[in-house]
Amino acid sequence: MVNGILDYLWLVPALPLLGVVLNGAIALFAERPLLLKEAAGHVDSHGGHHEAPAYRKLVAFIAPAVVGAAFVVALLCVLSLASRPADGRTFVQILFPWIQAGSLLVPAALQLDPLSSVMALVVTGVGFLIHVYSVGYMSHERAFARYFVYLNLFMFAMLTLVLANNYLLMFVGWEGVGLCSYLLIGFWYEKKSASDAGKKAFVANRIGDFGVLLAMFLVFWTFGSLSYTEVFAKVPLLRESGVLTTGLATAITLLLFLGATGKSAQIPLYVWLPDAMEGPTPVSALIHAATMVTAGVYMVARSSALFLLAPDTMMVVAVIGAVTAIFSATIGICQTDIKRVLAYSTVSQLGYMFLACGVGAFTAAIFHLMTHAFFKALLFLGSGSVIHALSGEQDMRKMGGLRKYVPVTFATMFAATLAIAGIPGLSGFFSKDEILWQAFSSSHGSPVLWGIAALAAGITAFYMFRLVFLTFFGQSRMDPEVEKHAHESPWTMTVPLTILAVLSVAGGWIGIPAVLGGGNLFEHWLAPVFHPAAPMAASHGAVAAAGAHGAEAAPHHPAALEIGLMALSVAIALCGIGLAYFLYRVRTAKPAEIAKAWPTLYDVVYHKYYIDEFYEWAVIRRIVNVSTGLWQMFDALFIDGIVNGAADLVRAAGDRVRRLQGGVVGGYAFSLLAGAVLLVGYILYRSVVQ
Amino acid sequence: MIAPSAYLLLSAILFGIGVVGVVARKNVLIILMSVELMLNGVNVAFVAAGSYLGDAAGGVFAFMVMTVAAAEAAVGLALLIALYRLKETVDITELKVLKW
Repeated sequence: MVNGILDYLWLVPALPLLGVVLNGAIALFAERPLLLKEAAGHVDSHGGHHEAPAYRKLVAFIAPAVVGAAFVVALLCVLSLASRPADGRTFVQILFPWIQAGSLLVPAALQLDPLSSVMALVVTGVGFLIHVYSVGYMSHERAFARYFVYLNLFMFAMLTLVLANNYLLMFVGWEGVGLCSYLLIGFWYEKKSASDAGKKAFVANRIGDFGVLLAMFLVFWTFGSLSYTEVFAKVPLLRESGVLTTGLATAITLLLFLGATGKSAQIPLYVWLPDAMEGPTPVSALIHAATMVTAGVYMVARSSALFLLAPDTMMVVAVIGAVTAIFSATIGICQTDIKRVLAYSTVSQLGYMFLACGVGAFTAAIFHLMTHAFFKALLFLGSGSVIHALSGEQDMRKMGGLRKYVPVTFATMFAATLAIAGIPGLSGFFSKDEILWQAFSSSHGSPVLWGIAALAAGITAFYMFRLVFLTFFGQSRMDPEVEKHAHESPWTMTVPLTILAVLSVAGGWIGIPAVLGGGNLFEHWLAPVFHPAAPMAASHGAVAAAGAHGAEAAPHHPAALEIGLMALSVAIALCGIGLAYFLYRVRTAKPAEIAKAWPTLYDVVYHKYYIDEFYEWAVIRRIVNVSTGLWQMFDALFIDGIVNGAADLVRAAGDRVRRLQGGVVGGYAFSLLAGAVLLVGYILYRSVVQ
Repeated sequence: MIAPSAYLLLSAILFGIGVVGVVARKNVLIILMSVELMLNGVNVAFVAAGSYLGDAAGGVFAFMVMTVAAAEAAVGLALLIALYRLKETVDITELKVLKW
């Protein structure tokens, strides 16, 4: 079979890697010496931004170009894949044998199937737009090349993650994106809070990674392989023979989900994501909204065959998703930092995706992942444009009335806000409503889950419109100095905003549900990935099967119910918007009054339910105490005691022996003589005795 | 004919005087001379034994020792002069820097 363009699939991750090498060389050999010279005080040669060194232009070209090229290759590959029959849409490209140890055979292999193609297109597409945006946003940044090295490296790691054909290679990408996340959160490492946030993100992720690692051991132990194609093909067989018990499947999937809670910022490991806002705003858009944080959702969807065998895990996933959705949405209400509102919104929306996974609606999860990537990336980039316009101001209390200063940013952000609020016709509506419907109708779902999710949707609409009203409407609360410089961003920033706005509006049209007269192309596209699992699961419980067939479970419910629930959720969203309008446009004094009326409640929510403080007290303090104890007792006393003891012993012995060497040559000569006499005497004695 | 034991006794006396000189004297020059005395004491024993056994090797060996002793004296005296220029002394008890 001729694969055509698919044989060039390896170019998709390789192109960003090329960018890393080229930009890395520039960063090391051109930029670093310059920055070091500057730090040493030779600023005279480097007066202002207008004397930008030539390498910046090169970097500004290479970094977006390699990602754009990767997007083109990915698009061609996906088109080629789409021309195949539906059951043949899995393409595996083995690059080279990577690890061969006993029965463990892990090749470096890429896999393109409907699921990874959605991810690859979203990652490269949104990634390309954000790279272009970054060129404008970071134009005043000194470490320009270093920034783009990290960004390209992130793209490489993320594409490795989504295109890998086995868990181990995916894990390489998984760790790689974690590293890049750390590097980029702490990009302004001179700032203590930024480097602390980087460390926090890294440590929280490590806890999750531990789960993924254990899950991989279990998978290899059970299946004897780590490759997706082999593992999922063996599931029915091992299920039949009783090797793959429900308990084992639960253990594997719970451990995988632990990893997902770390990477995708779910309860209990979500605390790092809001702090991650210390990084540059395009990084928040790319890593902490559109791509990396969705890796957990991708992994759960990828392992859907295993998750469907573990009803307990499914319930855990659904409950954690729903609780995270509403929990972080409520925190979002009280935040005043524009980026932190969006961060909690991201945590909340990721909760929706896990809710969808937990009720077996993996298609809906990936659909929401995609639309969320569009509108949340747009919201972050828009907030970046606002921050850029206001010379770095992030506090919404010092904004207001920005509509007339940044019209493009306002229009695009408003479109994204409508999309995330779930206004009918926009992308967020279709994906969120699909999740709500599945949460209600799927056999894993329940009206309670629907109620929580719908309420969270209302809160989402509220805090998002609060953000828009506070930022763009009303009287200006800006510093006069800042207001004087307020300006619309350059084209490198507004063009990506516009494209993302179009996608936020229209991106949902590929998944219009049947009940609204749509073809739901998206579900058909992903069907080969999620549905082959169904017949196998069907023989072991209709529960799992119905979950996989979320859409097929729908016939039990009349279409009128689906439409009715849809209308209800829209009504809830409109209530949220109306409330935001009332509180932040009509009676602007009211929010402060409410905060004063319930000071305790406001305080608790404003301080994010004191979760960080609780973790500090419950976990971090303990670990620090134990570590301090180990350091002082075991390390300082025991280990150092052995080492120092050995040294002391040798020193004491030497102190005695050195007295023999007195420096008087006569003494040495006498010793020589005495030795010779003894030796000769001994020889004579021996000869006499014999 | 003198008995071989008399030669060996002379040899031992010469060697013994040399040893005492090396161990007990402070002047480096005297010590070098004492070393020569020890070597010559040994030489007497070689020659006496060679003559007694009718073997020329004893005499040959004595010449060898003399050659080496000449070389040693040359080097030793050179060192002695260098040492004196540096430290302005040839008293070995004052040259005890090389110790713990």
